[in-house]
Amino acid sequence: MLAKRIIPCLDIKDGRTVKGVNFEGLRDAGDPVELARRYAKEGADELVFLDITATKEKRKTLVKLVEKIALELDIPFTVGGGIGSVEEIADLLHAGADKVSLNSAIVRNPDLINEASRQFGSQCIVAAVDAKSQGDQWEVFISGGSKNTGKNALKWIKEVEERGAGEILLTSMDRDGTKSGFDLELLSAVNDITSIPVIASGGAGTSQHCIDAIKKAKADAVLAASIFHFQEIEIHDLKEKLKNADIPVRETI
Amino acid sequence: MIAIINYEAGNLASVSNALQRLTIPHTITNKESELDKADGIIFPGVGHATPAMASLRENGLDSWLKQTTKPVLGICLGMQLFYESSEEGDSEGLGVIPGRLKKFDSSQHKVPHMGWNTFSDVNAHPLVKGFGTEEYFYYVHSYYAPENEFTTASCHYINEFSSVVCRDNYMGVQFHPEKSGKEGSLLLQNFIQIVSSE
Repeated sequence: MLAKRIIPCLDIKDGRTVKGVNFEGLRDAGDPVELARRYAKEGADELVFLDITATKEKRKTLVKLVEKIALELDIPFTVGGGIGSVEEIADLLHAGADKVSLNSAIVRNPDLINEASRQFGSQCIVAAVDAKSQGDQWEVFISGGSKNTGKNALKWIKEVEERGAGEILLTSMDRDGTKSGFDLELLSAVNDITSIPVIASGGAGTSQHCIDAIKKAKADAVLAASIFHFQEIEIHDLKEKLKNADIPVRETI
Repeated sequence: MIAIINYEAGNLASVSNALQRLTIPHTITNKESELDKADGIIFPGVGHATPAMASLRENGLDSWLKQTTKPVLGICLGMQLFYESSEEGDSEGLGVIPGRLKKFDSSQHKVPHMGWNTFSDVNAHPLVKGFGTEEYFYYVHSYYAPENEFTTASCHYINEFSSVVCRDNYMGVQFHPEKSGKEGSLLLQNFIQIVSSE
């Protein structure tokens, strides 16, 4: 049976992880490679690296980091953050990333999805959609959530699927950082209209939140950052709880 | 020495990294002369079947693969190209294993089949030595090989399909052993064992 995936997300700046991490036993909590290895060992099914570097040197540093991660890590990983062209996608995939996550760039230039999926295959093109409730609909925000595009999120998701995206990384901006649970209404609405996998993001605070996202809103995977970084939830314990709720998970220990 | 076939559709870095982690000597090549020198061949692949076959033909690698008696491990699209044909772009494959690839019915479940899944059934073969129906492997694919007489292990997603297929020296896996954690490494080691016992 296909397992539901647990995906820790690491924010990267200048080649280092940001946001505090307090894992015991890590020599250096800022080293993404070391943290990635730790998560993989604890049973993470995939990892997402989100680069928030804003400098010109960004691309070179990121490609080097991806090469290092790919050499160490034996589970799939996605790289995202400011990726804007087919050339950049090619560089990251050749460096060993399994998927790239595209966000603002595909809103500005939707054809990028078609070009990238034609060239590299849909399986490695993740469309990241940051959605926020505005009146009676969810709208798409870009540029790290700072700019409202006015686009209807459900229509946009349908469009990215038709253009060739292989997976949706859906972040609820209303819930992001609140630890009050995923936006089940948004997640269900998206799952009702799309036939590609959906990763739920934004709002994870407890194991029950993850169970609800999967059981009530049919999420294919759940992504979280801080609850894993601060060890509020151990990946292994979370998987135990999912299993007890009759959710198929990949057991590693 | 293991040769990883280099063509347009390869996920070469991942396979090469996995072999490096296992300290297995290997080379990445699209030259017949290099393939002739290798003890075993890994034939990776992601993406679309049509450009992948075109790229193989360009270097004469399709004929080389069809005539070789060396152990060949096809991974994902590499495995799919062992078959005669695919619904994907109505493309032709190498035809070393009979059958035609089909597309998953997306009216029932999400397509691609993406994530970790187990074998639903497994027969004895040195490639899957030590594996039953508990171990998880990582899959990403929209087309599948229907089960046939050469199916070594099956997997269930929407329907049963061939997860591992073996015919003589041709061995194929639909999942990505290079991305499947400890279990994937064990499967690659099984293949190396087969190569070294030849």
